[in-house]
Parts: sequence; structure tokens; C-alpha cells
Amino acid sequence: MTSAPSAGSPSEHPDGDPGVVVVTGVGRYLGARVASRLAADSRAGRVIGVDQAPPPPEYAEWLSGVELVQADLTTGAGVIAALDADIVVHLGVVTAPDPAAGGRAAMKEQNVIGTMQLLAACQRAPRLRKLVVRSSTAAYGASFRDPSVFTEDTEPRETPRGGFARDILDLEGYVRGFRRRCPHVTTTVLRLAPLIGSAADTTLTRYFAQPIVPTVLGRDPRLQFVHVDDALEILHRSVVEDHPGTYNVAGPGVLTLSQAIRRSGRVPVPVAELGLSAVAALARRFDRGGFGLDQVDLFVHGRVVDISRLVREYGIVPRSTPEAFADFLSGRGAGGELLSRERLVSVERAILAGINRVRQGRKGGGTDQ
Amino acid sequence: MTADVWDQRVADALAFLRRRLSGDYEVDEFGFDPHLTQAVFHPLLRLLYQRWFRTELLGAEHLPRSGPALLVANHSGTIALDALMLAIGVHDATRPAGGVAPGQSGPPLSGRHLRLLGADLVFRLPVLSELARKSGGTLACAPDAERLLRAGELVGVFPEGFKGVGKSYQDRYKLQRFGRGGFVAAALRTGAPIVPVGIVGAEEIYPKIGDLGPVARLLGLPYFPVTPTFPWLGPLGLIPLPSKWLIEINPPIDTSEWAGQADDPVVVFNLADQVRETIQQTLYRLLERRPKPFEW
Repeated sequence: MTSAPSAGSPSEHPDGDPGVVVVTGVGRYLGARVASRLAADSRAGRVIGVDQAPPPPEYAEWLSGVELVQADLTTGAGVIAALDADIVVHLGVVTAPDPAAGGRAAMKEQNVIGTMQLLAACQRAPRLRKLVVRSSTAAYGASFRDPSVFTEDTEPRETPRGGFARDILDLEGYVRGFRRRCPHVTTTVLRLAPLIGSAADTTLTRYFAQPIVPTVLGRDPRLQFVHVDDALEILHRSVVEDHPGTYNVAGPGVLTLSQAIRRSGRVPVPVAELGLSAVAALARRFDRGGFGLDQVDLFVHGRVVDISRLVREYGIVPRSTPEAFADFLSGRGAGGELLSRERLVSVERAILAGINRVRQGRKGGGTDQ
Repeated sequence: MTADVWDQRVADALAFLRRRLSGDYEVDEFGFDPHLTQAVFHPLLRLLYQRWFRTELLGAEHLPRSGPALLVANHSGTIALDALMLAIGVHDATRPAGGVAPGQSGPPLSGRHLRLLGADLVFRLPVLSELARKSGGTLACAPDAERLLRAGELVGVFPEGFKGVGKSYQDRYKLQRFGRGGFVAAALRTGAPIVPVGIVGAEEIYPKIGDLGPVARLLGLPYFPVTPTFPWLGPLGLIPLPSKWLIEINPPIDTSEWAGQADDPVVVFNLADQVRETIQQTLYRLLERRPKPFEW
């Protein structure tokens, strides 16, 4: 049996010695960026990045100040204890199946078993004083009986159909257990809304990049995004400051899906929900990443969260959802737009000018009446 | 001269379309789209309200011009048109003086939007759910009601629910049970006053004389109405009968006296009963004012 260290054991540090911060998932965009910011902050001390595969070369610059350890959390989470971690930042959460990396089975293994093993190792780490876990607003599930706005205390009414959402529920369950067993560890759970920003590349940003965008017939869900830079800032503060608890992290305000599609100049193509679910199920069967039941559920029910707890505790308000989306659009630049605002304005002018011309012509001819 | 009016109308319509097509409008966290509501839904509802049902609204002075309030009304009519008529009635009655009359050009001054609470069936159905959200409605549940009231909104609730809308023609003026009075608890928790509202006229628009239970079960609906015209005349049967409507707003009930007692079921039940009794009396009063339902 593992023995949890008793409270007040060597987890106290003399001022100025922040100790060791272990960041999981540094092979992914969010993990690499968080590790990079921590390494640049003198308050954070030694930063060790863990991932099962070496990070892609384009992240090398960010990870220059980070010590890298290659370990698979599902089997080798013990490395956490060996590293003598003071703070663990768990970002090794896979949001969508990657067909090149084992598909949905590997994703679930990583998210569920990986988190379970990591938390077991954290429980054994004698010096651990803080745990920061990246979760998702998918934790609220999707049901017709849901309230419009989720606060952190809202329980999901139905088990969600999407794989990612179910992983998140499992993950949060493990974190709840960890909190009970290790009350002396400051535990922060951040439920992030879908990330967006000028440089973000996610399932959702790829979705909005298509010229013709499938939507669910008769549904126009309310969406919220959080700007990547704001998510990074909040993750960073969770490490260098103390904010125990669970927090929704999203940009205030709402865009409906149709509105977001229109603002990005795309054309929506409504598809019956059954058809979309079938496509998503097929994609899962053949382990094709991208569009899954997680997205179908989101596009039927939408998801809006209350961020007042975050604002109160962290003292910052993330960029609003429309602002974050505008930044994503500007970063993407023009291209692929079928209905740009400029084009609409010019069509409007042309019609008005045409009407005027016709009327002028009539007046000049004086034939009517 | 007429050409100028039409020029303006065409230009307005094009500007509206451009704003819609480029997503240049705001939606609140419940999905309420004031731009669409005022430009598209309100003119249609107003036509029904003024021309078809010749609705008279009494007691407009009892509608709070600012701050939260919970409007509690009776429900009838087989299809919940009464909720929509109350919403447009409240909006137009709270429009600030000096506003531009509907149908004239110029920016219309906005009244208060009544945020309706709907059954989960509404939000289960595609299209209908989105129309409900865009026009300011949301699911009838405590968190949403309290959130709207805390934000200072006018919230409309129909505690009879489907028992009310689906009441048969012979019981048409009889209020059904008010459930457990969840609406009272929401008002007590947020300190919002309760405004009892009586609506007469919706009872006659689709006289429900029968109910095809098996069809309703097949479609997952609470009832499948049979009226003198539906389903016999097909789509024609969907045209509501042009009854004369009266809506009366009663003086607000200040709930601060019971603040902090939202968890006491007896307090909640008694207050709900008081509201119910007020509405029933209002209905009797309105029926005396309107002896013949179909008089023009």
C-alpha cells in the first residue's frame, strides 16, 4: 500500500526555493507552451517536461529551458516520485483521437489510465504540495434538461456519448479521490472551454477552416471559446500562485454556431442529427480522428459556463468569446471565404445603386403615369 | 413621397440581411437574439396580438419598468400562444413614451423583454428549441430562472405547464394545479416580486374536445389534440380561432417578507396558492368583462 505523506512533512520550502515543477504532455502545444513560460519564470524553479514521445522539433525553441524526460504515464508514472516533484501540472490529456498515434484506444489509455497512474504516483511523492489538472467544460455532459449556464457545482445529468467527455468524467473522478486522500496538496482543476486563437490548431479550428461547414439541422448551439493566451496565463498563475478548487475557464459572452460560421465567411450545411451521429460513429469505427460524437453533442446542445469564480479568485477576465474568435479569424487570414463581410457590403451597395439607377431612368423617360 | 418610404424600407431590409449574413449581432448567454426578435418575431406576433386577437392589456402600470420580476400566468389554448402574446404585450406596454409606433420607419424604442420559461419538450425539438432561445426563452429550471432574475430580467412562467395548455375545452377557465411552486422559491431566493397575470381568450383558439392518446405516445407528446378543425382540415386546422383576448396584470407581490424561507415548503406552497387564487379571481373578472368570446 502507498502511504501518503503526512501534512506538514518536508513539503515546506524556505522562501525563494520553488522546487521542482513537473509538466506532463509537453509533446502537445499546450504543454510545451506552459512549460516554456514556467521555465522563464524565476518563481517556478526547475521545470521538467514529461511525455511519452520526444516533442516535435518545432517546439524545441520553447522547450530550451525545460529538462525533458521521456516516460509513458500509463506504465512509468513512478518517474514523478523519482523526480522529487513539488508541483505537478497534468496537461497530458488528449482531446481528440489521433489515428497516427493509436486512435481512440490509445487516447482513452492515455487520458484515463495515464491520469490514474499519475495521481497514484503523486500520492507517493513525498514533497508534492500542488497539483494542477487540465480538465474541460465537456465535464458537464450534454442533455436537453441542462441549465443554460453551468456553474462549477452543476452535475452532468446524462453520461455523455463522446469519448473525450467520458474520459474527462473519469479523470475528474480520480482527482476527487486524490483530493480526499491528499487534502494537504493544493489541487486546482481547470475546466477549459475549447481553445482558440491566432495560432491554435485544434479539431474545432480545422472545422471552421472548411469552406462548407456541416451543422445539425434545426440546432444552433451556443458556443464559448477561451483564447489560448488566456488559458496559458491562468495555467501559469495556477502554478506560481495558490488557487485550490475547480474553475471554469472560458471567454465571457457567447457565439451561436451559425453566427461563428457567418463571421468566418463560411457556409453552413445543415445535416440531420442521425446522419451526423452515423458519420461520427463510422469515424470512430475506422479510427479516423476529427469529427466525433463529442462534436455532435456540442453542436446539438451547445455549452456555456459561468466564470465568476475564476474572475473572483484569479482577478482576471479572459478575452471574450467573440474577441477570441475574431483573433482566430485574423490569424487565419483571408482565404476560403465564400461570404465575406466586404463582399456582402458591396452586394448591398450594388443593389441600392441598381434601384436608384432604375428609378432615375424612369424619371428621365417620364413614361410611367 | 411614397418612394422615399420604400427606399428606406429596402435599405433597412438590405442592411438587416447584411448584418444577419455576416454574423454582426449579439446573443446573450441564454441564446437570446434581440436583433432577430425585434426585427422578425415581434412584427409577426404583433399582427396576431393586435389584429387577430384584438388583445387588451389591463394594469400595464403594474409592470416594473426596471429590475427583476416574475410574471406568473395561467396557461391554456392547446398550443402555448398565450406565452408569446403575453411577451409581445409586455414588450409594447413597457416601451418608453415617445417611441415610434410599429409599422412606421425609424428606430423603434425597445420595451422590456419577457424571458419565458419553457418545458423541456420545447428544447428537445429541433427548430422549435432554437426559436425559443433566440426569442429569449429558456428551460424552466431553478438555475435559469434565478440567473435571469439576478440579472434583473422580467421572467414569465406558467406553473400549470402541460396540464394547463392541454386542458380540455369544458375545463377551459379552471386553473390546474401549480406543481410544487418552484417558481415561488426562485422569487424568494432572488428577492424578485411576483406579478400574477390573468389571460382570457387563449382558451377558445383551439378548443380541445378530444385527445388521441396512442398517437401522442407514439410521437412522445403530452397529448395529441382533436379540435373542431384539427386534424380534419389538415393545415387549415392550425389557424387559431379569432377569440377576443384580455390580459390583466395584477399588482406585484413583494416577496422580501419571506426572504430566506425559500427552503420552507409550507411558506412556498402557501404563497403559490395565494398567487393561484389571485389569478383565478382575475380570470372570473375578465370573463365578466368579455361575455362573448368571438365578438369583434
